[in-house]
Amino acid sequence: MMKINNIILETSIKVLLFIIVLYSVYIFTAGHYYPGGGFIGGLMTAGALVLLLITYDIKTVAKILPFNYRILTAIGLLFAIGTSAGSILFNVPFLTHAFTHVDVPILGELSLHTATLFDLGVYFVVVGVTMTIIQTIGEDE
Amino acid sequence: MLEIVIRIALFCCSLAMLGLIYRVIKGPTVPDRVIALDAIGVNLVAITALISIVLKSHAFLEVILLIGILAFIGTVAFAKYLEKGVIIERERNR
Repeated sequence: MMKINNIILETSIKVLLFIIVLYSVYIFTAGHYYPGGGFIGGLMTAGALVLLLITYDIKTVAKILPFNYRILTAIGLLFAIGTSAGSILFNVPFLTHAFTHVDVPILGELSLHTATLFDLGVYFVVVGVTMTIIQTIGEDE
Repeated sequence: MLEIVIRIALFCCSLAMLGLIYRVIKGPTVPDRVIALDAIGVNLVAITALISIVLKSHAFLEVILLIGILAFIGTVAFAKYLEKGVIIERERNR
């Protein structure tokens, strides 16, 4: 079969991929005050990676992003359990979250919440599970 | 005034959606159906924007971008399936 040259897709991906990843990061960080959060942010990041997989192939993507997505899932679960169990150290019940207001020089007053770290765990688990499913289905012939 | 205009626009979008659904059901070839589904995604973006104006809420603006991205990914995946027979290749240039 003749080699198919899909240069339009490959060129447009180079712009679109960063927009999609930026959008997923925005949705993840805005999840406390606006619709969004770890789940949909992780799904959008996985969607960007799927777009990369469609444009190129599994070997190229594995060379660009040398992650093992199963380990990413484990790291996400570790984040969730760690932030939940960390509250035990301060003599409060499991899953109690704390927040504080911090004055950062350039960004102004920020409200830092440990629920964000829990959400980061959800984000990693969603990205890892989605990419594991898609890569496992895509690899077999 | 704006209320009436938005209702008319919603009605027109619904009519366009009905025409596209006719093309999805009737379309003789598979690419016809893929194009119609892509256009349904664009129509859905318009309807979501109009509905968010009706409800006076900006909570759906993320959904608009989301539908656009998902429609693009779906269409690209289907186009690659129609062209090559696989969506995700293991290795290119074999």
